[in-house]
Amino acid sequence: MIKFKLNGRDVSVDVPEDTPLLWALRDDLDQTGTKFGCGVGQCGACTVHVGGRATRSCITPISSVEGAEITTIEGLHPEGEHPVQVAWRDIQVPQCGYCQSGQIMQAVSLLKDYPDPTDEEIDGVMGGSLCRCMTYVRIRKAIKKAAAAMREEKSNG
Amino acid sequence: MGKLERIAARQDRAAGRGPTRRGVLLTGLGSAFMFGFARDASAAQTYPQNASLPGNGAFEPTVWCSIAPDGVVNVNIIRAEMGQHIGTALARIIADEMEADWDKVRITYVDTDPKWGLMVTGGSWSVWMTWDVFRQAGAAARTVLVEEGAKLLGTSPANCIARSGRVIAGNRSVSFGDIVSHARPTRSFSPDEMAKLPLKPHSERRLIGKEVKALDIPSKTDGTAIYGIDAKLEGMVYARPKLPPTRYGSKVVSVDDTEAKKIKGYIRYIVLEDPSETVPGWVAVLASTYPAAIRATDALKVTWTPGKTANVSEKDIIEHGRKQIAEKTGGSCVFNDDGVDEAFSSAKHVFERTYTCASVLHYQLEPMNALARLQDGKWEIHCGNQWQSLFLPVIAKALQVKETDVVMRSYLLGGGFGRRLNGDYAVPAALISKAIDGKPVKLILTRSDDMQFDSFRSPSIQTVRVAMDDQKALKGWQHHASAGWPTGVMAAAFMEKGADGKPYDQFAIAGADHWYDVGPMRVRALDNDLADATFRPGWLRSVSSGWTPWAHEAFLDELAHELGHEPVEFRLSLLTAKGRNAGTAPDSVGGAARQANVLKRLVEKCGYGKTQLPKDTAIGIATTFGQERAMPTWTAGAVQVHVDRKTGAVTCQKIWLVLDAGTIVDPDGAMAQTEGGALWGLSMALFENTEIENGNVRDRNLNTYTPLRITDIPEMDIEFVASTEKPMGLGEPGVTTIGAAIANGVFNAVGVRLRHQPIRPADVLKGLSEKKSA
Repeated sequence: MIKFKLNGRDVSVDVPEDTPLLWALRDDLDQTGTKFGCGVGQCGACTVHVGGRATRSCITPISSVEGAEITTIEGLHPEGEHPVQVAWRDIQVPQCGYCQSGQIMQAVSLLKDYPDPTDEEIDGVMGGSLCRCMTYVRIRKAIKKAAAAMREEKSNG
Repeated sequence: MGKLERIAARQDRAAGRGPTRRGVLLTGLGSAFMFGFARDASAAQTYPQNASLPGNGAFEPTVWCSIAPDGVVNVNIIRAEMGQHIGTALARIIADEMEADWDKVRITYVDTDPKWGLMVTGGSWSVWMTWDVFRQAGAAARTVLVEEGAKLLGTSPANCIARSGRVIAGNRSVSFGDIVSHARPTRSFSPDEMAKLPLKPHSERRLIGKEVKALDIPSKTDGTAIYGIDAKLEGMVYARPKLPPTRYGSKVVSVDDTEAKKIKGYIRYIVLEDPSETVPGWVAVLASTYPAAIRATDALKVTWTPGKTANVSEKDIIEHGRKQIAEKTGGSCVFNDDGVDEAFSSAKHVFERTYTCASVLHYQLEPMNALARLQDGKWEIHCGNQWQSLFLPVIAKALQVKETDVVMRSYLLGGGFGRRLNGDYAVPAALISKAIDGKPVKLILTRSDDMQFDSFRSPSIQTVRVAMDDQKALKGWQHHASAGWPTGVMAAAFMEKGADGKPYDQFAIAGADHWYDVGPMRVRALDNDLADATFRPGWLRSVSSGWTPWAHEAFLDELAHELGHEPVEFRLSLLTAKGRNAGTAPDSVGGAARQANVLKRLVEKCGYGKTQLPKDTAIGIATTFGQERAMPTWTAGAVQVHVDRKTGAVTCQKIWLVLDAGTIVDPDGAMAQTEGGALWGLSMALFENTEIENGNVRDRNLNTYTPLRITDIPEMDIEFVASTEKPMGLGEPGVTTIGAAIANGVFNAVGVRLRHQPIRPADVLKGLSEKKSA
């Protein structure tokens, strides 16, 4: 039985220790917003936050998150109103949408490290997240918009 | 409770679901609460996601829409949602004609039912093929609502107008919802009656062409969007296929599950017996979880006798095509104009070039999957799919049941790009469920499975030649193309007939039947049967129009240089809009003149021939008519490329596109599709390809398969020509010009002509060194 905190709540799962976190989230905890893409940590569709850091859940064994705090797209904001999510909708980023949970989780992580990211910094961090619909132009635009909104929020708050 | 949990709880109540088997959410009170987003198996997908559906008493003037007593308008969408926000675009058409209040419009992606007619989502057809029927359906609804509204207002319909969900007479009005609840209209319309209804003129359109937020997008930002892979049913088991060494002809000799049995959760294997012959030689591995299914499949030992194509290579297929092209007979001609042979036999000069394109994988991000079960005597297949009308009968054949005993439930597609036009993945799921007495089973292919048996874009070889007189005027044209034929393999009945009466795969030649005036033409499609035997050729975004312009648009540039003409001026001189290139109503009004128009506008925009660019940097241009002659989206594309002479690397710095697709229904959706299409074109030209080695594709994941990433995107400037003509497609035309424009740009930058796609640095270096030594 492995216990951890998922989106602010205590959960436990009874699965083999080498089960990838991805499948425990999707199939045992019904958090299907996190997606299976490549299975080898190279497409980014499965990105979640473990201890606040973007992590590829498809190559993270469940045993390694014992006691950790995990956030998935479902838990990013109770009403789906995180500034990154808002920017994603304003810019109309998603096409098929399948990679977008991972893109959003990666972008949130990016903005923690780079509150005012340059194109190079965006490329450096987002380069690991594949979007097969090629929504990249809008991803870049939405990250900058979210960054501006978050900076404003900070200076007002 | 958060919004997601409320939605989940509602869905769970509807589905009568209890707690999960292994995962428990421990709440503060210590009670177990399960939260899940699996779609209720009997409910269709509706957006906005938290919207109410029309309840009892809704008025359904046609099968396409209903108006509820509370004013909610539901529009039924039979097209697959795979990123094009098609439900939003189509609902705009019907709502505009109906004069509905957009805030009350819902869209429902429906399951299969014979009443919908042909269910296919591909070819960039959706808006184009729905345009008339949805305007008519909207007009039918408006007609009845105005009639009934007028009665309620005590006046005649002639004194009433419909606006924003109300029928208005002077300063009095009544809402659509109140009309439905008070008058309870029941009138319905036959297709013939619908076709006679008057439609609004362009000047009266209030939603079409205006900015709108896509209804499916919010759910794609908060994890609530449900794709096929997210489908869940009580008691479901998981499966993964153990794939045979060749796509066809492999036979299972023996299976040993000694090692698989050591995997916790392994249930059993099944050697699939498939009357539809879709998945020959496949073995399925069942387990209680998907990770267990992955491991048990790896551990299962299967011996096959491989099919005949176990040693085929990409080169074999290309060389086979080269031989087919060299033969005068064979294939089928789209055009075979009188005088083409005479033009070549009497030619003073013949100019000929051959072009090739490598295999390209779909790599749609959601791997192939399907969930199947037998429920109340009906086989349910839960998956995202692009061509239900083609594959439902195949599934029925595999199960040996009537088509009426099969229903395909619709889900979002985690990428289509043509991969899910081929529904082969639904067949093994159905067969497995049948083998376990109809119990629910979810089959998921791992990424390497998905790539190994992708239904990918065939490698192709094309030869273009022109006949010229002694003045070097064009007197005749030939274009021969050999590739695998997806439609021939999977949907032979849909193939078109050539000038010679022989069927051909229009999706393996379209694009070559261009709108230039080049004298009598022969455009010949050759079925590369070695490709067809080796793998299952697929339709991939923009199908042949993704690779035929690689030949003729590069060829026209080469020819222009050969003849001392400026390439753009040369093209414009050939876009005469005469004869068969004059265009016909309603689809190609204006004909080639509209192609000339987008090309001229593009040149103005990008500064081609005027801008001074740094060394080894240049603009290249190409133009197409999008996908098909019958549905031309007039397209002109330019790219600015830089060539690094040291490494041979080609960088695309900027893309310009000008398109005339007639009326643009959803401007932002149109833009998004064109952006994505253009980057697909770039990805295939410079970044991604596979090759067939030993009867199968070389690449099995992103460690070696390298599609375009965010780091590689150029600046983009895309413009749509204002038009009130019938809307054409936009899902794919963005792809079509980019490859040839890059090839032409590379030539303009460093004088090297490349005729194989993708353009690889090694080929550039080779070209540069050959040029030096020449």
